[in-house]
Amino acid sequence: MLHIYCPYCGEHREESEFRPKGQAHILRPKDPDNCSDEVWADYLFFRDNPRGLHHEMWLHATGCRKYFNVTRDTVSYEILETYKMGEQPKITAQSRAAGGEK
Amino acid sequence: MSQPNRLNQGGSIDRSKPLDFTFNGLRYSGYEGDTLASALLANGVDIVNRSFKYSRPRGIVASGAAEPNAIVQLGSTEAAQVPNVRATQQALYQGLSARSTNGWPNVNHDAMGLLGKLGGPMMGPGFYYKTFMAPASMWMTYEKFIRKAAGLGRAPQEKDPDIYDHYNHHCDLLIIGAGPAGLMAALTAARSGARVIICDEQETFGGSLLETADLLDGKPAQQWLANALVQLSDCGDVLMLPRTTANGYHDHNFVTLHERRTEHLADTAPEAHQSRSRMHHVRAGQVILATGSQERPVVYANNDVPGNLLCSAVSCYIRRYAVVPGQKLVVTTATDIGYQAALDWLDAGREVVAVVDCRANPDGDRVKQARQKGIRIITGSAVFEAKGSKRVTAARIAAVDLDAFTLTGQLEELACDTIASSGGFSPVVHLSAHTGARPVWNEEALGFVPGRVKGMIPAGGADAIYSLPAVLESGLQAAQQALQSCGYAAVSVDLPKASQRIESKSAALFQVPHLKPTSRAPKQFVDLQNDVTAAGIELATREGFESIEHVKRYTALGFGTDQGKLGNINGMAIAARILGQTIPETGTTVFRPNYTGITFGAIAGRHCGELFDPERYTALHAWHLKRGAKFEDVGQWKRPWYFPVGNETMHEAVARECQAVREKVGILDASTLGKIDIQGADAREFLGRVYTNKWAQLGLNKCRYGLMCKDDGMVMDDGVTTCLGDNHFLMTTTTGGAAAILDWLELWHQTEWPELEVYFNSVTDHWATMTITGPRARDLLSEVTDIDLSKDSFKFMECREGMVAGVPARVYRISFTGELTYEINVQANYAMHVWNALFEHESTYGLTPYGTETMHVLRAEKGFIIVGQDTDGSVTPEDLGMQWCVGYDKPFSWIGKRALSRPDTRRKDRKQLVGLLPTDPSVVLQEGAQIVFDPKQSIPMKMKGHVTSSYYSPTLGQGFALALVMGGAERMGEKVYMPMADGRVHEAEIVSPIFLDPKGERQNV
Amino acid sequence: MSNVAVFDQNAGAGVLAESPLSHVSGRKGGSSPGVILREKAFMGYLTLRGNAADAAFCEGVEQVLGMPLPTAPMALHQNTQKGSSILWISPDEWLILLPGGTEYETELALRAELSGHFAVVNVSGGLTLLTVTGPDARHLLHKSTGYDVHPRNFPVGKGVTTTFAKATAIIRRPSETTWELVVRRSFADYCYRWLVDASREFGLDAEI
Ligand SMILES: [Zn+2]
Repeated sequence: MLHIYCPYCGEHREESEFRPKGQAHILRPKDPDNCSDEVWADYLFFRDNPRGLHHEMWLHATGCRKYFNVTRDTVSYEILETYKMGEQPKITAQSRAAGGEK
Repeated sequence: MSQPNRLNQGGSIDRSKPLDFTFNGLRYSGYEGDTLASALLANGVDIVNRSFKYSRPRGIVASGAAEPNAIVQLGSTEAAQVPNVRATQQALYQGLSARSTNGWPNVNHDAMGLLGKLGGPMMGPGFYYKTFMAPASMWMTYEKFIRKAAGLGRAPQEKDPDIYDHYNHHCDLLIIGAGPAGLMAALTAARSGARVIICDEQETFGGSLLETADLLDGKPAQQWLANALVQLSDCGDVLMLPRTTANGYHDHNFVTLHERRTEHLADTAPEAHQSRSRMHHVRAGQVILATGSQERPVVYANNDVPGNLLCSAVSCYIRRYAVVPGQKLVVTTATDIGYQAALDWLDAGREVVAVVDCRANPDGDRVKQARQKGIRIITGSAVFEAKGSKRVTAARIAAVDLDAFTLTGQLEELACDTIASSGGFSPVVHLSAHTGARPVWNEEALGFVPGRVKGMIPAGGADAIYSLPAVLESGLQAAQQALQSCGYAAVSVDLPKASQRIESKSAALFQVPHLKPTSRAPKQFVDLQNDVTAAGIELATREGFESIEHVKRYTALGFGTDQGKLGNINGMAIAARILGQTIPETGTTVFRPNYTGITFGAIAGRHCGELFDPERYTALHAWHLKRGAKFEDVGQWKRPWYFPVGNETMHEAVARECQAVREKVGILDASTLGKIDIQGADAREFLGRVYTNKWAQLGLNKCRYGLMCKDDGMVMDDGVTTCLGDNHFLMTTTTGGAAAILDWLELWHQTEWPELEVYFNSVTDHWATMTITGPRARDLLSEVTDIDLSKDSFKFMECREGMVAGVPARVYRISFTGELTYEINVQANYAMHVWNALFEHESTYGLTPYGTETMHVLRAEKGFIIVGQDTDGSVTPEDLGMQWCVGYDKPFSWIGKRALSRPDTRRKDRKQLVGLLPTDPSVVLQEGAQIVFDPKQSIPMKMKGHVTSSYYSPTLGQGFALALVMGGAERMGEKVYMPMADGRVHEAEIVSPIFLDPKGERQNV
Repeated sequence: MSNVAVFDQNAGAGVLAESPLSHVSGRKGGSSPGVILREKAFMGYLTLRGNAADAAFCEGVEQVLGMPLPTAPMALHQNTQKGSSILWISPDEWLILLPGGTEYETELALRAELSGHFAVVNVSGGLTLLTVTGPDARHLLHKSTGYDVHPRNFPVGKGVTTTFAKATAIIRRPSETTWELVVRRSFADYCYRWLVDASREFGLDAEI
């Protein structure tokens, strides 16, 4: 049972209040009608499955009904940060490798 | 009353409160404060079980959670049966009734005895592995044999009369274990004002302080303990939970605590409202792991014969329960704890034959004490074999060279009835490993200590700290560190003064070599519960299982209800020695929840029976009940399935209901449909993006059917949406899709198009929806409304506001039956009033309530799909023949559009929705039946589709179906076949999915 | 075309309304019940959506309701004089509780006062309110929700949307001694049965 900080409610809540919604920062191609089948298939079907740091989208389903992003370590399950929709993560695989994070 | 092993004084039992109990049908007595195990030992019961594989007699070994042998079936009545209870953790109560878990037909004369002797070759290591590799049919034979013979406990055959519940907590500090480290941490934390929970699996708090001979502040430690408990209970924010096992340590410091609330009182809870056990769900800021340590037994030949115990268990039974489990004691030890057992034994007035110490020069305080008392001490030696079958009769000892793994020097045989062994201590690290952290080997302490877990601090024995002053200090420090992490100011607490005893350095004693090679020596047990021997581990490594995880699975080491609490480390050490590795190189297996077994009842809590899952009711539920409806579960909703009259079968009821709708008027409670209020300047634009069809031109009070796809082009939901204002729409969804569609709309709004001005709000529960449908629907409604219902003023696919039966209502003229239909929506508090008003005209119009089954038949006759029944996430609008509902030329590339031009979605041979008419009109095809084009082909046949919906139509007078068939749209008139499991093959013709009124004239009257 | 449909849905006197718990029978919990449960039926409920960063929106709401719009998460504001309250649900969503029958006039007033992008939705038929009082009220909540109801985390003037047993509920704390549950109509029976069951050990007085 994860303990997740909702950036909109400003509180930690129990995992049972949330729904996982897959990988974060998946961008829908801007002009779907004119993108290639490959680009469209990549958007539809291909997701990362990293061992370690991952950016995920979660929904505070039985709470404020807002979607937000979570940076989570898929090995330790530690949540390193949560951030609002439209924001970028402060902690990334790159920043971690560069020692940017404690 | 005879309790031959009970001392006349001492212990913390209450001799003024005798308790009667039975074990394997025989009557015994003990005292309040006893465990079942201490009471059995007091009564001189040596054999408590037969072993799992070899059926050897077994006695009590330990005094707590680690006990592998004394596993009993509890309960004096069938309903109260509880399997696999550790006698060492079961408090004695008046009337307790227990039986051995293993031992058919009885523990003393076991029919398995002979087989047990044969069992070596028959059930050697790898037995399970090899059995599973054999033909699967053989396993069934083996399994019955094993279960009958070995017994694994049994579940009650009657309903459990007890209740179990859950309780949620949040706290700053959770302290697991109320021994000296845990209590010191709690006392420290209590001063800070933090929210503290402290739990302990034992009946009372205190841990080792309950039986220690040490002094604190110059007084018996028990006095300090009593004072500490008073202090803690006076603190407002400290919750003390005895009889409570932390059984699962989950992510982010979420710990489940299993509190046994009435198990110490009686078979079942004395009062009906009392829960037998309570699962506490604790979210802790910081966890202090003060679970102490577990003494390891020494592995030597016949170390399973009753009378072989742990040294700590001997001391515990003498000091806490005033029970001496024998007459003549031999101790074999690698630590000074062995001397404590000998001293306690001597104090109890019984004979200590010798302390056999594998160390060359032990010189600790207790060694000196023992020497002073004249106890014979044999150094550099160990017990290598126990003699006896139903009870120890002697110990064979020899000088031992542990590095060379060989016996040296003279053998000696010491007559005795009890052998206490101590191979050292292992920190109880199990909980720390539950979230994946591997324990770390500590060479200094010769044991695994907890791996790093964020927010967890080990203290005391759990961190391989064993001397009392150091344990107390580690508890204090852990609390201070935890408080700081939780943001509390530092507090200073005085440590009680404990005398620092001089301890000799412990040795690493796991397996004692025998005269013979391990494989030919008498059995040297490593895991008593699973009958895993040192020879078995040796064989496993010889057969190539070198990873400890493989050894474990091959031998079943640590598989029992005790999860290898006594055996795992010895097993790893033995594997390491054979493989020529160090223990850390060999590694440890990972422990998983639960720490000790718990009942399913405790896991379920009150989420069972009537409260298993929410049942959602509409505002008309009471009416449906009164009318005798049969209900169907749709998601969590209870929907009327059909309304039988008299003794009608479902088939008869549905036929009558269908006929009423087609000929007169029927009424359906459609309140469960999802309803979403959509407001905002961009509401219309948004609809155009999430629906496949066009919304730009939908006029005021007009309704339109819409189809929704995911971006992969597959249909995900459908429903009717109405324009209530230029910036205001009411969307309906399927019953099951309501919550998901609201999330879906929010997803696109919040993540892709936040610039669109639109708000979505669920109004599913606010509006009650009553659908009246059939040729007489207009006549019926006109009785109770002021709305102009004439054909030309209130057209098909329009909405009106007005009064219905004195209640403000929105009425939608839409149709899911193909008949003239009005959906009356009112604020749900008025639903029953309106429904009753309609039923005042029941006989005039033949108004007939109908349920979901009739709804399904009626809609299928019209070829109206049900998303999730006729679709399965792989069906496009085009597959459904619903091109009319796709706005290919809408300006925005709506959700799903792009995917419809992928090569896969353009395939001609995709499965497409068709109708099926069975050649035999009496046949109703099975939903899910697979469709083939050639019934004569060889098996496996090429499956070309499947039946999605199938009913008997009273209107058509025959069975009919909807189906998805490859290339079906081009196969009208062709025959397809459905081979059934019973050998029959049904034939049907592919037809249009619209079976009735293809031009839609009936709904447009 | 009008922008939005505003609709007085009150039937007024003469029409028998039924609350979501009208079908359950109450129970007396002995002389000193630990939990006292009451349904406050037929309250008016409006969902309000809008932009809290828009000062005009905030002022407009305050003007109509006579209490400030709560902009802090989970804040509950009450107007005891009017018997109304407003609870933060989400950064752009609030739930307004009103004396039953005043929801239509309140919606009209809000719509008259507010401008720009906002929404008001009458949800009065879809919700009901239960009050939980008595010495064991908080124990009952501990058995029912994973949300931290300790007074340190849940002071008076707070309200949260969270899990309740296996359903969802809004838990509000309008005063030191009173807890309120706002539950959806379709889940009300389940929630009520859960409360009755969980209260058994404390003794329950439920005059519903
Ligand atoms: Zn939230």
